[in-house]
Amino acid sequence: MLYNEPSPLETRVLSRRFGMAHSESIETYLATEGYQAFLKASKMTPDEIISEMKASNLRGRGGAGFPAGMKWSFVPRTSPKPKYIVVNADEGEPGTCKDRVLMENDPHQLIEGVLIAGLAVDAHAGWIYIRGEYRYLIDIMDRAIAEAHERGWLGKNIQGTGFDFDLYTHTGAGSYECGEESALLESLEGKRGVPRIRPPFPAVAGAFQCPTVLNNVETFCAAPAILLNGGAAFAALGIPKAGGTKLTCLTGHINKPGVYELRLGFPVKQMIEEVGGGMRNGKKLKAFIPGGSSCPVLTAAECEGATMDYDSMAQRKSMLGSGGVVIMDEDTCMVKACLRLMKFYAHESCGWCIPCREGTAWLTKIMTRFHSGGGSPQDIGLLGDIAKNMLGRTFCPLGDAAALPMISIVEKFRGEFEDHLNGKPCPYEHSNRMVTA
Amino acid sequence: MADTVKLTIDGHEVHAPAGMLVIDAAKLAGIEIPAFCYYEGLTLQAACRMCLVEVEKMPKLMTACTLPVAEGLVVRTETPQVAAARKYMLEFLLTNHPLDCPVCDKGGECELQDMAFRYGAGESRYNETKVHTPEKQYSPVVFFDAPRCILCYRCVRICNEGMGVNALGVVERGAVSEIAPNHGDHLECDECGACIDICPVGALTSGIYRYQTRPWEMTHVGTICTHCSDGCKTTLGTRNDRILRGNNRDRSGINGEFLCIKGRYGFDFYDHPDRLQAPLMRVNGKLEEVSWAQALAAVAEKFKQTIGAGTFGIVGSNHTTNEENYYLQKFARSVLGTNNIDHHRTGDVVTLVDALSGKSGALATVADLCERKAFLVLGADLALEHPLLSYQIRANYRHHQAHVYVVTPKAVREDKYAAATMRGRDYESLRDKLKAQPELVILFDDSYQGGELRKLVDFGESLGIPVRYVCLVDYANSRGAIDMGLTPELLPGYQPSGQSGLHLDEMLAAELSVLWVVGANPLENAARKSGFLVVQDLFLTETALQADIVLPAACAYEKNGTVTSGTGEVQRLKRAIETMGAKPDLEIIGFIAREMGAAAALGPWTPDAVFEEIRKNVRGYDVAMPALSTGGAAQTMPVNGRVAVPGPAGLVRSDRNGLFASGTLGRYSKVLNSVLESRLSR
Ligand SMILES: Cc1cc2nc3c(=O)[nH]c(=O)nc-3n(C[C@H](O)[C@H](O)[C@H](O)COP(=O)(O)O)c2cc1C
Ligand code: SF4
Ligand code: SF4
Ligand code: SF4
Ligand code: FES
Repeated sequence: MLYNEPSPLETRVLSRRFGMAHSESIETYLATEGYQAFLKASKMTPDEIISEMKASNLRGRGGAGFPAGMKWSFVPRTSPKPKYIVVNADEGEPGTCKDRVLMENDPHQLIEGVLIAGLAVDAHAGWIYIRGEYRYLIDIMDRAIAEAHERGWLGKNIQGTGFDFDLYTHTGAGSYECGEESALLESLEGKRGVPRIRPPFPAVAGAFQCPTVLNNVETFCAAPAILLNGGAAFAALGIPKAGGTKLTCLTGHINKPGVYELRLGFPVKQMIEEVGGGMRNGKKLKAFIPGGSSCPVLTAAECEGATMDYDSMAQRKSMLGSGGVVIMDEDTCMVKACLRLMKFYAHESCGWCIPCREGTAWLTKIMTRFHSGGGSPQDIGLLGDIAKNMLGRTFCPLGDAAALPMISIVEKFRGEFEDHLNGKPCPYEHSNRMVTA
Repeated sequence: MADTVKLTIDGHEVHAPAGMLVIDAAKLAGIEIPAFCYYEGLTLQAACRMCLVEVEKMPKLMTACTLPVAEGLVVRTETPQVAAARKYMLEFLLTNHPLDCPVCDKGGECELQDMAFRYGAGESRYNETKVHTPEKQYSPVVFFDAPRCILCYRCVRICNEGMGVNALGVVERGAVSEIAPNHGDHLECDECGACIDICPVGALTSGIYRYQTRPWEMTHVGTICTHCSDGCKTTLGTRNDRILRGNNRDRSGINGEFLCIKGRYGFDFYDHPDRLQAPLMRVNGKLEEVSWAQALAAVAEKFKQTIGAGTFGIVGSNHTTNEENYYLQKFARSVLGTNNIDHHRTGDVVTLVDALSGKSGALATVADLCERKAFLVLGADLALEHPLLSYQIRANYRHHQAHVYVVTPKAVREDKYAAATMRGRDYESLRDKLKAQPELVILFDDSYQGGELRKLVDFGESLGIPVRYVCLVDYANSRGAIDMGLTPELLPGYQPSGQSGLHLDEMLAAELSVLWVVGANPLENAARKSGFLVVQDLFLTETALQADIVLPAACAYEKNGTVTSGTGEVQRLKRAIETMGAKPDLEIIGFIAREMGAAAALGPWTPDAVFEEIRKNVRGYDVAMPALSTGGAAQTMPVNGRVAVPGPAGLVRSDRNGLFASGTLGRYSKVLNSVLESRLSR
């Protein structure tokens, strides 16, 4: 099912089957070059596969943007241990809903991507770790896996290539932190979802302490196109150092919210105005989160000249993240938006380490008091201070993910905090709000 | 030797073995990096973030507890950035902390207090409400006060990794994460209290000690646990001649910080209401309180009358000190003129010593358990019967991947990590696997005695690798009783006694003129046959109830002396409290001798004087004094040369106490009887 009309400005590579009749079925998939990339890869050496991946400049789509080909090359293929593939389909980042449409509309593309990774690192088994709330997607993936088995695209000696591969779905246990790769692996192993100390990284000691390729759904979904048309072709769709397209989730105060596949380097302005059909009700843009709630917020002014890619966002001290764009208009109460974010992080902090566990809870308490009119001028400084004391000192990036938006909102929208002082009612309370804290 | 790398910490050049963590390397240079979650011997957590340090060329602060040393690493532990990190980490920790130090058991020895004092901010910026949850009781021993918990996960790890029990876990997440039993709302575990002692704050508290005192009001006395033969050092905290707690937080003994429930809490028998306070004498068929003078005179009179005219039998103890045992057998042999002396034997040490004659270093020490590469466990359920040995072998497995082979009648905790495990007695089928090991320690219980034990030693000696043995025995001084000659056939140091006297079962069956029982309960299920019965004990046991005279004895925590662990370490008992009424057995025996006019022949009855004599006369006990007198353990080495007179078969019987029983003493321990598991295990 599709949730929005496609836009003519899209470059549809991963989403090219979206909207076709029965796009999720193996028949549709096979009729549209499905599994051909796997067959091609099965005749290549692992090094050749990995060098195509490297040439594609594909960077991980889960948020951190680590080059995928490089990650695959870290797996010690000669290790006597079994190697595994793990798909991160935990999709918990607020604002992000792309893995869902990829699995819902084209599950076989993901399976084929996993098979290619299996060939590249000599793995013969894998799991798709799907967030528990995506119950229906687990059914879709299970059905696709069963179809693939029936047609001989999974299991023993796939299509006579001599390559064996088994793939399983695994239900997430309802925690954002379980999307963090090492916490995901713990959870996959049946343990409490708290992150692991690294090194060793999953490529060396991942699932059950065996070498593991762990990538985001979208990252794997790009592999068939890369193998089929060559890494260079994929790279050319994007900009130098960041190849290909990115599924971008436009959310918030915009006329046409939805998931759109855009070339990397797509201008932010054009994305809002043309792809997203402009701001809702003709309002002005106030704040922009480029890639999921963990990225620092940009002001409208900072969006000038910005493009949707890693470098442009890094220059603006934010991140491309997972592609979950959140657009907030002039009527948004940034204090309330910030409170909503802090509530999320306090609720999702796994509690493993002190600064994140206590910091997110503390920030939430201050923000709650502050937003309801109980704030004092010192609180504003304290909020920024607490967040800075968390930053860079937590065990995993979740602590930073909470601290960064807090810091950026206090810095960039300090005036709005001051407006809430002295028991003044929230000046935006009357307005059409996207946030319900 | 491992490679050494050179690094710089706060300007000091440090040479550290490769693989060492920066937090430990800093200690080499005398630099302390604060830590809560890092704990030597347990897995790394990197959770508390107290150990953050600056490392040159690294963009972020690094946790010194997970960072291995590397050549040329430049580490700074006292920069403004590091100081700020520590200060604010403590601020985070204290946000939800109740700060109820004035009533907290841990106040005064709390790591959080110490850290806040050294690194914390003077004032709090936290103005919000704190998360409060009521205190919970997880067992009679373990209480949990969640708001005080700093989530360092030490308790979870010591239970899972150290004890192999895995009774504690974490529930919920984020700021409401809580330590909780993995077994619903209560613990089903060893009840050892290791989690409580390892807790840096007052979150886990003990049902025995809580709200009793402030730590600085106590006197701390390091002595040896009086229960099993493993010989753990326990430091008793006392106040006004009451024992308030036991622990070994200074890790000074052979046990490090390990203690089982008996060593940590099982001291409580000492003030049981049934404790004997005055001598008893049978008057008109009834036991009545008399003065010490009356009782001693009556015993001396009876003994004097019987010498030359009647027969004596003496039953010694598994709990009394080496000095007491030595003095008792000397008394029996030289004053009473009899070899009718024995005790309840719980392991066939005598046959082992004989079977190994001519070999040196064949008896395993407690250090061997931590260091040797392979183990064969026969018969015993170590985790229940020898908790320390089980702990050490488990630690050896965790740290050095020791190969452990288990041949026992039923499932045991060691099965979980054993290289091979089987039910029954067919250890011979492991021959090939054992031969492939570089060395082996064999531990066996009382089901291997006499001929079976000789067969086992033959098997061990046929493997062609160095093999050491541990003959498992039950009680705190079971080994010392044999070493000190509390047997009819052997004198101290395994010297043949010449003409063997009656052994235990024979003495109980015979119609002796006088039976003298010192610290034992041999007539628990039998009627006395002797004409006269003198009993020294803490309680009116089944045996004492049948006595003519009962002399109240001090317990191990009320006297000085030495005991020898099952693995041969001689260690010192130090008096922790004074007694009312009861006297140490050594004194009682000395007074009887004096009353009989035999004192001069026996020599002084102070523990130090008797131990000097033991050092001179008992083979293997010529140990170095400095370690011993400062509370350490000295290894005894008894084996060498044949023991001509092996003991009769069938005398050796272990009580198989398990974790929650301890012979007669255990019956008087409230804590041992209160825990759920002691009922479950019966
Ligand atoms: C708190 C947290 C949550 C995350 N959640 C997700 C997630 O839901 N999906 C995902 O693909 N990656 C998530 N990540 C990133 C993963 O740790 C990991 O970097 C990623 O799955 C690697 O795949 P990639 O290289 O293909 O992006 C999360 C990271 C953090 C720190
Ligand atoms: S930063 Fe710490 S508490 Fe927060 S999610 Fe990561 S490990 Fe857990
Ligand atoms: S109860 Fe104590 S030992 Fe356990 S996690 Fe909390 S503070 Fe640490
Ligand atoms: S293991 Fe034995 S010696 Fe150690 S504390 Fe327990 S009963 Fe005492
Ligand atoms: S000691 Fe290093 S993080 Fe706790």
